[in-house]
Amino acid sequence: MRNISAKVLLALALSVAAVLLPSETVFAQQPTPSDDQVNAIAKQLYCPVCENIPLDVCPTQACAQWRDLIREKLAAGWNEQQIKDYFVDQYGDRVLGTPPVRGLNWLAYLIPPVAILAGAYVLFMALRSRQNPTEQPDSTMLVPPPADEYVSRLEEEVKKR
Amino acid sequence: MSASPPQKCPESTRPRWGVIAAWIGLIGLLGVVAIGMFQKAQGTVSIGQPVPNFTLTTFDGETYTLDELRGKVVVLNFWASWCKPCEQEAADLETAWRFYQPGSEVVFLGIAWTDTESASLEYLSRFDITYPNGPDLGTRISQAFRTTGVPETYIIDRNGVLAYLKLSPFLSVGEIQAEIDPLLAP
Repeated sequence: MRNISAKVLLALALSVAAVLLPSETVFAQQPTPSDDQVNAIAKQLYCPVCENIPLDVCPTQACAQWRDLIREKLAAGWNEQQIKDYFVDQYGDRVLGTPPVRGLNWLAYLIPPVAILAGAYVLFMALRSRQNPTEQPDSTMLVPPPADEYVSRLEEEVKKR
Repeated sequence: MSASPPQKCPESTRPRWGVIAAWIGLIGLLGVVAIGMFQKAQGTVSIGQPVPNFTLTTFDGETYTLDELRGKVVVLNFWASWCKPCEQEAADLETAWRFYQPGSEVVFLGIAWTDTESASLEYLSRFDITYPNGPDLGTRISQAFRTTGVPETYIIDRNGVLAYLKLSPFLSVGEIQAEIDPLLAP
């Protein structure tokens, strides 16, 4: 009787283990990444074949392969930055939607704000000069010529007449 | 009657640094744009010109450096697994490679452009391509050659000078041989 209960217990334990073990195996695997997860990274990348079309909406086979590659890397547990770094290593900086700040790339970040500031300054100066059109020239900039004695006498004579 | 014209004060002769800086910036920006446009308009490497050196690491891990291949004719083919025209010439390139391989005077190198490794390997297997092939890491080689797409084939003579350029697929093995054979003549 004791032997039978031990066997029952063992069978129960095995049954429980049989139920639990496969579910643990499923949890250990990376779930298949959704299209949204893939596209969240793909929209930051550009394939050199189809310039100016983000990878998430590019219809070519080349881009479809790249999206599959992103899905593979996500399934393998890579994060967004690792995947972007991988694409840069494989295909160069130009796959990135936002160029890294190095080399001549910094011009892309510097020029627009400088141009906006310069434009705002020019606009401000133009508006200010329009608001004060009768502004006298700076007296320090121009110095009248010395008075001519002959001219003074001539003017006096004219006034007397 | 000796009324002299208004004289400017020394302050007005001071350099206007803001204007100078703006002009320098504008000229610099135009220079950068001009360089970019010039490079784009240059086109591919020209026939008769030395080709840029490069190092190709194949899918098998072997390394080929162009400078070390001086004395041999090099057939450099840019392709991609998603490129349908590339499929047209794949078998002909492999046949030509097998024809020249015993003489060891011609080296064929395939460069997979903007391709994924798994797709490239499947392509090589499908067309039974045995000559060395590798990815264009960072698209550095295609940028150095200023390629315009795929397929493109560059045939480089024994001195490292571009002898022939094909911007479309070869249509036959004979067409490939017709460009290589004259370069092998002593």
